[in-house]
Amino acid sequence: MSTMAVPDVAVAPVDEGFWTRNRKVGLVLLALGLLAAVLFGALATDQQARFTLSDDAAGAALEINGTIGAILFGIIAIAAGAALVAGVPKRWFVTVLGVGLVGFVLSFLCWQVSAAPTGQNFMPLVNIIRGTFILALPLIFGALAGVLCERSGVVNVAIEGQLLMGAFSGALFGSLSGNVWVGLVAAAIGGAFISLLLAVFAIRYLVDQVVIGIVLNLLAVGVTGFLYERLMQTDATKYNSAPRFGNWNIPLLEDIPVLGPALFRGNIFLYLGLLLVLVIHIGLFRTRWGLRTRSVGEHPTAADTLGVKVLRVRYRNVLLAGVVAGIGGASYTLALYSFTKNMIGGKGFIALAALIFGRWNPTGALLAALFFGFADQLATYLGAINSVIPSQFLAMLPYLATILAVAGLVGRVRAPAADGKPYIKG
Amino acid sequence: MSDPNPQSGSPDKEPASEAQAAQTALGNTERAEPSTPGRSAPDSEPKPNLGRMFLDNLWAANTFTVTLLSLVLAIVVGAVLMIISDPEVLSTYSYITSRPSDALNSSWTLVSEAYANLFKGSVFDPEAFSGWLNGDNGWQAVLAPISETLTYTAPLVFTGLAVALAFRGGLFNIGAQGQATVGVILAALAGFLLPLPPGLHLLVAVLAGALGGAIWGFIPGILKARAGAHEVINTIMLNYVATYFLTWLIVQNGVQDPTRPDAISQAVDTSAQLPRLLGDNLRVHAGILIAVLATWGVAWLLNRSTLGFELRAVGANPDAARTAGISVTRTYTLIMVFSGILAGLGGSNMVLGSTASALTPLVVAQIGFDGILVALLGRVKPWGVLLAALLFGALQAGGNRMQSYSGISLELVTVLQALIVIFIAAPALVKAIFQLRAARAARLQTSLAKGW
Repeated sequence: MSTMAVPDVAVAPVDEGFWTRNRKVGLVLLALGLLAAVLFGALATDQQARFTLSDDAAGAALEINGTIGAILFGIIAIAAGAALVAGVPKRWFVTVLGVGLVGFVLSFLCWQVSAAPTGQNFMPLVNIIRGTFILALPLIFGALAGVLCERSGVVNVAIEGQLLMGAFSGALFGSLSGNVWVGLVAAAIGGAFISLLLAVFAIRYLVDQVVIGIVLNLLAVGVTGFLYERLMQTDATKYNSAPRFGNWNIPLLEDIPVLGPALFRGNIFLYLGLLLVLVIHIGLFRTRWGLRTRSVGEHPTAADTLGVKVLRVRYRNVLLAGVVAGIGGASYTLALYSFTKNMIGGKGFIALAALIFGRWNPTGALLAALFFGFADQLATYLGAINSVIPSQFLAMLPYLATILAVAGLVGRVRAPAADGKPYIKG
Repeated sequence: MSDPNPQSGSPDKEPASEAQAAQTALGNTERAEPSTPGRSAPDSEPKPNLGRMFLDNLWAANTFTVTLLSLVLAIVVGAVLMIISDPEVLSTYSYITSRPSDALNSSWTLVSEAYANLFKGSVFDPEAFSGWLNGDNGWQAVLAPISETLTYTAPLVFTGLAVALAFRGGLFNIGAQGQATVGVILAALAGFLLPLPPGLHLLVAVLAGALGGAIWGFIPGILKARAGAHEVINTIMLNYVATYFLTWLIVQNGVQDPTRPDAISQAVDTSAQLPRLLGDNLRVHAGILIAVLATWGVAWLLNRSTLGFELRAVGANPDAARTAGISVTRTYTLIMVFSGILAGLGGSNMVLGSTASALTPLVVAQIGFDGILVALLGRVKPWGVLLAALLFGALQAGGNRMQSYSGISLELVTVLQALIVIFIAAPALVKAIFQLRAARAARLQTSLAKGW
């Protein structure tokens, strides 16, 4: 066949002796903790670092002296690292690692907040959490689209294009109809259109899936950019003034301190995104559809033998992915901004990173997306308090984290076995 | 490759009848054609003459025909996009049943003018030629379209070669963009920070660009070789890391142009700029010569050198290559380093050539991503890449004129480029649309499809 199943060279080195992968990770964490305790502790000032439980400086706050906080949380990271080096049971690994990393981040924050210009030594948690979720939204939708595709064995590099097409058609048809729901449906169809191309070329014509994904991204950039300049720039009121979803407050839940105002006074996309994570997670691991999807993604021949229509499952999942990503694109144009050229700007690729970082798992993807969203929000915050850390380096964080993840430094990531391999019956 | 139609004419059977021959011709079989003249009785069907064979092959799904028809299809889709995005022309379609001439005329005017400008901007402008004959303008105006085309071609050759080289070794280098970015950074830094004599300065700056690309290619290469980390993921991620690094670097003291408030670096010294080939009025510069040289070099490397053999062996089947005693680890790393060098050279073209002389956040444009398309269009063969880059350079140059003269957004060029590659990547689709007969070498031989 034209498509050769070349196994990766990834002959995973067998861990031998004392220095298992977990211990090495612990060593890295230990070093990070030392860095935090010494460097961040030295750089932090004696100002109180206040983490306010509101939108601004007012109200109740968690406070800690900057220097003490930086050193204390650094020590927590050291302790976690030391525990990992000493050896902890496998099921505790992720927890301990998480504690250590959170300690590192908090140490960093204590330094940054305390070193901020006087009068700005506070971090409004509600703001940060809300911003994290808003920035993570397209990543969540995009990563879910990736999960749907790749779990059934089709590599989806076209997330960027699906998001962009969704954003564009949401804006265009929302504006033309003046109805936000029409826009939402159009966005879903727009995303599904790119998906359809991906499916047809990858499944029917057996084009290399990464190649077609990359090309479809360019196509989406070109088509939306072209129509944007021809239509939206010439007559913005007619073509690019879509109505927007307002915020829906959820009774009772919105009164929860910190989380309430941050999460339960959001727009439809926030709720839809979180709901979709839940639905897809349950669907994937608890339903017949999920079992079939996963079997098609892991071993299509076996699935076919058992009577699963491999290609049909793949077509359906790829199209569903387009719908999800299209809605994710609309979370820009039907809630926040009007459409601009290439407005997704690489978020589709961070979504891909979130998918990989989250190990092809909806919940993992959610956590990864939130982590990336947090990095993004943190960059904005640090820019506002004139931090010495350049925002560009924080913006690199998701990409660097992903490289570390796939290089196997944070545990191995493994794609579905048949991911990217076209299925040819026979 | 498997034969899509298993019922191809077997030589053992009795000579095919007329009906059968016609049927095999339509049925896209591969071996039927060559096998019949040898075995069949000479009098059962007339021997095809040379012209007939030529025509038959012309309408077969060979590389050339598929590429040409893909181009045609892309142009048609582009025309449709132009028409549906023009409200005035579109309005004539509302009464197309009563007066179809209006709709057709206005569509034809719109589309033909746009594509005429595309041609005039990239290949040949008759007005400039007649102007030269009448003495209204100099000879430069006649060569201006070609000069523009070659200017846009040069960097695409490098990035196209970078992607193609990695492809041949079984790696998909999506990171040409990032490698070109790091290349452009080092080339520019060498260009305005080092006080060197002319000539040497240029050489050092070009090599600095290559070094930058090599570093950025080495990282995914070694990660792939040692940790098995998939190069597609890593190169995508490194693209963004490089871009953010560039945007950070530009505004640093000593790099940023002190007289400018916006994000732009100091300009590269003239001693480090590539000389222009046709005088100062035309932008074509020596980069295109280096590009041709690089094409020759890559062709030699792939087809004549030991490394090239190992590279192709690893690309075809890494397990077999390892069994044969080739170090897959070393080869993967080297492939990415060489690929990075090429992409880095493409990057240095962007700042040492005539398109820009200082770093800006968008100085590399899209050359890395376009390079992927160029490599695919060139069927991952060095000289094919050169031709493909020429086509893309022409589209880019002509697109500029199309934008300023016909008001058709430059984005249309991106659409055309993407469409061309989509069609050539799926020759079965082109074959089906035009009812082509099958021929050998129709399918793009780059399928790596191995997932993450």
